[in-house]
Amino acid sequence: MPVLDHGREIEDRWTDLADDAALPAEGGVIVSLERWRAERDALIARGQPVGVRLKSNQLATELADDLAHLGVVALEFPKFRDGRAFSAARELRERFGYKGEIRAFGHIIPDQYQFLTRLGVNTVVVPADRLGPAWAHALTEISIAYQPALQDHGTVSLLRRHLKPEVQG
Amino acid sequence: MLVKAKGAQQSITANRLIDGVAVWLGAGNQWVEHVADAAIFEGEAIAQALDTAKADEKRQIVVDVYPLDVEATPEGTRPLHIRERMKAIGPSVRRDLGKQVTGPTPAL
Amino acid sequence: MPDTTVTNPRSNQPADAHAAVYRYDEFDKTFIFERVEQFRAQVERRLKGEITEEEFKPIRLMNGLYLQLHAYMLRVAVPYGMLDSTKLRRLARIARVYDKGYGHLTTRQNIQFNWPELKDIPAILHELAEVDMHAIQTSGNCIRNVTTDQFCGAAADELVDPRVYAEILRQWSTLHPEFTFLPRKFKIAISGAPNDRAAVQIHDVGLIARKNEAGEIGFTVYVGGGLGRTPYLGTKARDFVPVPEILGYLEAVLRTYNQLGRRDNIYKARIKITVNEMGPDKFIGLIEEEYARLPRQKYDLDPAIVEAIEQHFTSPPWENLPAVSEKFEAAKAADPAFARWTRSNLSAHRAPGYAIATISVKPIGGIPGDIEAEQMEAVADLAERYSFGELRVSHEQNLVLAHVKQDDLYDLWLGLDKVGLGTANAGLISDIIACPGLDYCALANTRSIPIAQEISERFADLDRQHDLGELKIKISGCINACGHHHVGHIGILGVDKKGEEFFQILLGGDATNTAALAEIVGPGFSYDEIVNAVETVVSTFVGLRQQGERFIDTLARTGHAPFKEALYARA
Repeated sequence: MPVLDHGREIEDRWTDLADDAALPAEGGVIVSLERWRAERDALIARGQPVGVRLKSNQLATELADDLAHLGVVALEFPKFRDGRAFSAARELRERFGYKGEIRAFGHIIPDQYQFLTRLGVNTVVVPADRLGPAWAHALTEISIAYQPALQDHGTVSLLRRHLKPEVQG
Repeated sequence: MLVKAKGAQQSITANRLIDGVAVWLGAGNQWVEHVADAAIFEGEAIAQALDTAKADEKRQIVVDVYPLDVEATPEGTRPLHIRERMKAIGPSVRRDLGKQVTGPTPAL
Repeated sequence: MPDTTVTNPRSNQPADAHAAVYRYDEFDKTFIFERVEQFRAQVERRLKGEITEEEFKPIRLMNGLYLQLHAYMLRVAVPYGMLDSTKLRRLARIARVYDKGYGHLTTRQNIQFNWPELKDIPAILHELAEVDMHAIQTSGNCIRNVTTDQFCGAAADELVDPRVYAEILRQWSTLHPEFTFLPRKFKIAISGAPNDRAAVQIHDVGLIARKNEAGEIGFTVYVGGGLGRTPYLGTKARDFVPVPEILGYLEAVLRTYNQLGRRDNIYKARIKITVNEMGPDKFIGLIEEEYARLPRQKYDLDPAIVEAIEQHFTSPPWENLPAVSEKFEAAKAADPAFARWTRSNLSAHRAPGYAIATISVKPIGGIPGDIEAEQMEAVADLAERYSFGELRVSHEQNLVLAHVKQDDLYDLWLGLDKVGLGTANAGLISDIIACPGLDYCALANTRSIPIAQEISERFADLDRQHDLGELKIKISGCINACGHHHVGHIGILGVDKKGEEFFQILLGGDATNTAALAEIVGPGFSYDEIVNAVETVVSTFVGLRQQGERFIDTLARTGHAPFKEALYARA
């Protein structure tokens, strides 16, 4: 499925692996939290990039001790209205200092894209039939952010002066 | 609150997307602005009419399509539930506004 | 026809230059116009079919646009209830040009228009943006318009000006990236005075300003209050959160709720359910854990920003006046109708010689909170002449002029009376809160406005109303409780009974510091019976009351039994 980064489609270096699918010989894989827990040692020993996907009811805390091993954490939106992944992204970055890729997948609408990037999400998985200019446009429509950005270390007294859209790093 | 239609005779209502005006599915699957002109469906025709209406939802003509219980009267189609009569009439506290201004409406 | 740029004859400033409203700077303006254009594009995408109604709905709701029974409804945010005459004139213009000539004041201190067309909404939002207004987050599962005391900045008992913090919260919550898809809506109320006029305990989060032993200012924080089908009063989460920590603390509350609030059942998704299912102690413990983890330097509120925002809410230039106005006293003596209005519609002002005037938007037999475009313009004129061009919307669906010279009160009242807004009933039995009900609302089970109108007509005699004293009737047309029936002295709840309207009576609710939830008194009444039943309750009170007692005082003393007996014994 197409993956967007900064509003542009990129080549996806990850394979999203179902729980019953065999591990490929080469390449990065994303597995469920359950599979990660069951096969943690083998997945690390494999020596290839690995990531974990979290369902919306699985808190970021579940991965607190594993983040050093993970190249990506994928957050699911079962419905776009289910906004738990927004908090998960923030916790991954702010609380756990996670530096790897965070991606969002599932039912996401363009109008959520800027919120996601402001919270530290790098990539968004979008079904091919829902691609379009709205995604890139969504990153530039609003140039003012009232809240402190993820990268900011200043105080919230800058409440009204966070001008730039948070360009994800 | 929306009440599930369960009677033998039903009509289909919605609001027009562009201006929100309440409408009902009338003869020839045209949307009409007064409930008196709403077509009455029975049996399998109810589901078919609902499908027709939902297709218009997909074509950006209407939103919030649903069926309602009605009865046939000499003055035309009349909704059985007060909520649907209110939708067909306009605000009872502003007799100068809504459907009641532009045409015949059922008694509350 | 008043010009929108009326100037004060004594200066070149606009007549509302001293109104204590937050004035947008270039950043706010950039934001608000970008937001209008964003919605314009979203509407275009919707009309072209690029987004479905399911996807568009939360977007339009986040911009205040509902679909009601007869039409769309646009709810415009009145930030913490504050307006100036320029804004009110613009609302009048919108009512006239895009709607059907009137607006409706809500219990959330907002104003809504009942008949706009989807295609016109971007133009309306643009017109609002021109006067520093918007409809952002007046609906949807996000942080809603922060509400406060309608007497803020004028009341004698105020510790801090709540508008400063309400504005900070408004900016903080505006398009908050993390808290815009919450399990359910989230309402914050804030009181700057120990006497709570903002009903903070019936909000998802309620803040009451207080001083600690060291003399520092902060807030007592309540969480998990709310009405609706499962009413709760808020639980005290913290006795004292110092001002600099308040945003960080709220981040912790919201994050805990966003992660743990229920998403499986819309009726159990409010924070009050999470707090009470989990147990308040446990939930508050989780908030504290989250707060302890937050990077404080990032969320602490710098006193400099508080000071900067305070500049928007400085007191208007009150004159030094004697505490007693001879002109005012003479007018009261000469005109009993005016004297009666002063007894119900005035409140004490902190500056000598001034008064706070409540403009009743509850004329006898009228629709509670409905105001015509012409009335808005008349009030804008009066606000400029007598109250620095500033006014407020109260959660009781009235308007307030907060800074009126006692010398001017008689002229003000004459001006109000001329446009049907001089009714002497604030806080009395005909000052009824009513939700729009089935006359407009797609969710309602019953009408509520005509019940309010009939009660108002039944007690039309103002001398009788004044004799009855403070008596708050609150009517909701369904269990969602937008009419606050749980906190009415007399609450009325409309229910559907086999497709017809039925009404339950509740007694003993209170939305002030002595907050209490009303209890259902017994079986419901039909549409034709309900007003008689209310009169029975009132007559019972009159028969039981002792010297100086208000309705709720008598009820507290006697309990519900005599009222129940009077209502049901005949059956």
